[in-house]
Amino acid sequence: MTDKLIDIRGVYKRYGAVDAVNGVELTIGAGELFGLIGHNGAGKTTLFKMMLGLLPASAGEIRIGGQAVRGAAFREVRRSIGYLPESLALYDNLSGLETLHFFARLKGVNRSTCPALLDQVGLAGAADQRVRNYSKGMRQRLGFAQALLGSPRLLFLDEPTNGLDPQGILEFYRILAELRQCGVTVVLTSHILAEIQQRVDRLALMRNGRIQALGTVQALRQRQDLPLTLSVSFRPGDVKLLMTTLAPLNLGPIEAIDGIARFACPRQKKMALLAALTAAGPSIRDIDVHEPSLEDVFLGYAEEA
Amino acid sequence: MMIGIEFGQIGAIAGKEFRDRLRNRWVLAVAAVFTIFALVIAYFGAAQQGAVGWRSIDVTIASLVSLVIYLIPLIALLLGYDAIVGERERGSLDLLLSMPITRFEVLLGKFGGLAGAIGVATVASFGLGGLLLFYQLGSSALFHYSGFVLSAFLLSLCFLSLAVMVSVLAEDRMRASGIAIALWFFYVLVYDLLLLGLLVVSEGKLNLNFFPVLLMLNPADIFRILNIFGFEDVQRLYGLATVFPETLANPWLLGSTMVFWIIAPLGVAAWRFK
Repeated sequence: MTDKLIDIRGVYKRYGAVDAVNGVELTIGAGELFGLIGHNGAGKTTLFKMMLGLLPASAGEIRIGGQAVRGAAFREVRRSIGYLPESLALYDNLSGLETLHFFARLKGVNRSTCPALLDQVGLAGAADQRVRNYSKGMRQRLGFAQALLGSPRLLFLDEPTNGLDPQGILEFYRILAELRQCGVTVVLTSHILAEIQQRVDRLALMRNGRIQALGTVQALRQRQDLPLTLSVSFRPGDVKLLMTTLAPLNLGPIEAIDGIARFACPRQKKMALLAALTAAGPSIRDIDVHEPSLEDVFLGYAEEA
Repeated sequence: MMIGIEFGQIGAIAGKEFRDRLRNRWVLAVAAVFTIFALVIAYFGAAQQGAVGWRSIDVTIASLVSLVIYLIPLIALLLGYDAIVGERERGSLDLLLSMPITRFEVLLGKFGGLAGAIGVATVASFGLGGLLLFYQLGSSALFHYSGFVLSAFLLSLCFLSLAVMVSVLAEDRMRASGIAIALWFFYVLVYDLLLLGLLVVSEGKLNLNFFPVLLMLNPADIFRILNIFGFEDVQRLYGLATVFPETLANPWLLGSTMVFWIIAPLGVAAWRFK
């Protein structure tokens, strides 16, 4: 990992008797794309707001670029951050361009950069339309443009693809990829796990205010040791042959319908299984091996707790 | 930890609030209402006494005071009650607060922008009336009238400050609007009645020195005293003013008390807005 940009040490957030964030230790390196996942109420948004300095920590310390987020240099820290909140609300009576002008002024950013940003998120044509008339996706794009004001080196994106259509989601990740080329650090949350699993460098899984698991998607999968899922397509008449082939491997329940067998296979038995299936000859037409998805990993950790 | 105030940030918020009120025609509507009422009252204010037309400045101001004392607190409270709670409820507050700005600057910016809106509406509408009065009554009348307009503006700021405080303390917009209306009832309709009741019940045994202090606890009463104390022939129209000692009727003292009424609720708001 390169230099740590975000440094979270022993952070707690207490509401009465409840610890919304419970002793989080986390460092995020410059240039990383970091995902924060967890079910609703796990403490993601609270941690996000503390990283932004919107909420004071009950205990512990958060530093960004070496500066305390709620310290004397908070303006400097904030200017280096772009934030897209989860439930984004903008001002309906302003146009898209006016919205950016307003936030540009607060951030101390030259307003001449605003039209290019609108263009970047695909809103150039709607610059003068009131936000009142924007669709949910357009608002989200405008929110993203707002987060990009002043070329921040760090982006906090809370459910950034909320409300975007598939095309919009692809564009969003394309822009994100471009930003990463320039060394921008991104911290994002998403409940669509499939969407972020191919994109994040590392992720933290939060549960009950704690970080339950932390690492690359691959590492989290391996630590869980979740089985692979296989689909084997076979000649419909040869179901018996298939069962005999698989029997020595002790795989557990096998579901075979319409010439396709589905079953789980522990990672350690993968090579033995492939060898056995290859040896079975032309009865086996095709094999698909599925890695456990982030959803499975997520559910696995949830059961563990 | 001390963080210096950046006036540019206050200006950014204030500018937006002010432009919002100009754009949705709030300023225009309020100014129009004030202008019409001011002219109608100035001309027809003495109709009950069987005459219409332009009268002396003190009678005109006394009539205008009784209008302004109802209208301005209400308008200021309605203008400010959702300043913070509205943003919080709509969900735009988080994004705003994630900017390089302190909460105190947000608060001052909101107050400043709304004060500008109500100030422009007040000064423009009564200013227009002032021009007419100047034409009819001459320049010495204009001096008293300017004092009236200035104190009306101060009155609006007092209640705007209270409204902004409510907008910080209230949990949601519904409650905030309820509290705002309740404050209006209390200060404008109930307070004087309570004081009069107290006077009557105590049958004069109450220390009268204590009374002016009670009047000073209501910005609407301060406004009234400021505007009518100079004119003996209108004093009798307001029972409570007769118990007000002349030593305390110093316009500077009364004006400072109003300024206190602007600062104090804002101070509470800043303290609670964390």
